[in-house]
Amino acid sequence: MADPMKIRAALAGDKANVRILMAHEMETGQRKDPAGKTIPAWHITKVTGALNGKQVMAADFGPAVSKNPTLQFTVKGAKAGDKITITWTDNKGDKRSDEVTVA
Amino acid sequence: MQSGYFFGDIFTLNSINKKDSFSAGVLASNFLKRSLVIVSFAALGAGQLNAQTPTPAATAVPKVAGPATTADGIAAYRALLAEDNPAELFEAKGEQLWTTARGPKNADLKKCNLGKGPGVVKGSFVELPRFFADTGKVQDLEARLMSCMETLQGISAAETINTPFGRGEQKNMEALVAWISSESKGMKFNLPQAHAEEKKMFELGKRMFFFRGGTHDFACASCHSAEGQRIRLQDLPNLTKAPEAAKGFGAWPAYRVSSGELWGMQRRINDCFRQQRFPFPLYGSDATVALSVYMGVNAKDGASTAPSIKR
Repeated sequence: MADPMKIRAALAGDKANVRILMAHEMETGQRKDPAGKTIPAWHITKVTGALNGKQVMAADFGPAVSKNPTLQFTVKGAKAGDKITITWTDNKGDKRSDEVTVA
Repeated sequence: MQSGYFFGDIFTLNSINKKDSFSAGVLASNFLKRSLVIVSFAALGAGQLNAQTPTPAATAVPKVAGPATTADGIAAYRALLAEDNPAELFEAKGEQLWTTARGPKNADLKKCNLGKGPGVVKGSFVELPRFFADTGKVQDLEARLMSCMETLQGISAAETINTPFGRGEQKNMEALVAWISSESKGMKFNLPQAHAEEKKMFELGKRMFFFRGGTHDFACASCHSAEGQRIRLQDLPNLTKAPEAAKGFGAWPAYRVSSGELWGMQRRINDCFRQQRFPFPLYGSDATVALSVYMGVNAKDGASTAPSIKR
């Protein structure tokens, strides 16, 4: 199981500023190990964000995104107490979902 | 001018960690790319000489509103990065490790005494290294953690010392130092100097700091004993006095963006030794602890910013 994400959702007016820190190796598939063998690509391919279960954000990630990536987005119409769920899927089929309450 | 660029690149190539073949490959390709740039500059210069008309590139350099100084620019870059410092991922893992029963004795670290009593984490980081009566030694955070892990959990310190950085138990050490240092974030350094051993270590650290040696006749002091020094784009804090010493010493452990790793003070010092072309010091050895005592005492009353973020 992948390590947990760190998610913050801060309310500013009727908008929530969501900041996500994901723990992932994000291996590009371009690097070689000390023995000269190619390290297989292993990176997040899709990140989605949902507000109270309804999808509000989708992002495609590729090998150019850094290790332990961060992502920030704003949701309109969010209220205090709303649930923000972030889910990522990587190219090995691993998945991680974390939820945070808007405050 | 051109040979200056060239030697700059040679220096970079020499200074890479020989053990790390990944960065070697990256730097080698950078080297090639930059060589090509030099060649194209040379061609441009020749063209100018023949045609006697300045090329647009030579006259119309667009003025971009940017930070006043290089240091400001780096500070702005760091501020951007610091918003979501991935060190937090390590902190979360470290906090979990502290309370997880592990090792041959299947015990947690909640009884570990970091200097302020068993289990007290908050504020301990800014008073380390210090003398511990049970081990009879002055220990820094890493050395102390290894003692705790050995006595409480039965995890061999010798094994941890011989584990390469970023693997096995060393990975757990990274997470633990990240969390423990974060619990003292913003607090002021106040290393104890009452015990004779602590004073001795300060003097030893001072000697090490100014000791010149190796193929480059280098000391810590060569880079870190004057104001306003920098290497390439990095400011070099003056570690011999406050408040600069806290800026340097108090920033580690730190997350390094370029390698995506969290480095504790032990790894930082280890890499300084590599840059000096000194033999690698043993993890948690007295030599490294003495250096930390010297820097930590100099950092007195400066605030700890660890775990910070570095390029």
